[in-house]
Amino acid sequence: MEEYCNNHTRGELLDEIRATNFSLIELGLYLDINPNDKRALCLCNECAKKLKMLTDNYQKIYGPLTIEFPCNKWRWLEEPWPWEKGGSF
Amino acid sequence: MWLYQKKLEYPVRIKCTNPRLAKFIISQYGGPDGELAASLRYLSQRFGMPDQKSKAILNDIGTEELAHLEMVGSIVHQLTDGVPVEELEKAGLGAYYTDHGVDVYPSSAAGVPFTAAYMAVNFRIKKSNVNYL
Repeated sequence: MEEYCNNHTRGELLDEIRATNFSLIELGLYLDINPNDKRALCLCNECAKKLKMLTDNYQKIYGPLTIEFPCNKWRWLEEPWPWEKGGSF
Repeated sequence: MWLYQKKLEYPVRIKCTNPRLAKFIISQYGGPDGELAASLRYLSQRFGMPDQKSKAILNDIGTEELAHLEMVGSIVHQLTDGVPVEELEKAGLGAYYTDHGVDVYPSSAAGVPFTAAYMAVNFRIKKSNVNYL
């Protein structure tokens, strides 16, 4: 995973995070009304695992995506906000 | 509760400002069929749901609507970001600027402020909403 992060730009990494997160959100909605679908549950768990790996690595390099990511200093202010021009990477 | 993620659900990268377009798109933010109405509708209705599935789906869709609200707000912001006041006025946003400056104010394309009355109809037919779900 570290190698994957080193070989991709910030935008590419964040695109992968957004795509994985979106899959997870939509699988969650599907599972809300189809909780016994084993295939969907399996996909959901895969997405969750992948998302955790991607976000952990992304945050180590580019700073926190949530305030739950531990930092030695308050890095929440350092990066642009996602609604700003250039903030979506 | 919610935990903010410092990213959009889908990226917004507007290359050219267009205040005239922003004047219409703002309706999807705070208009009658906008994301604010949608999110508050689902998140309010979830309290009255009778079973686990409907509570879950309204909770989770309402949450996702908040992400949509943020994306639409970002579009309006970037379409008008740095546009001179004279240009805003030409695009029909002079009155908007007078009242709200460069904030993204929840209103319809016609300038009607967001109102919870947008949700009233759906509350009145709550029972059939449960059936629909």
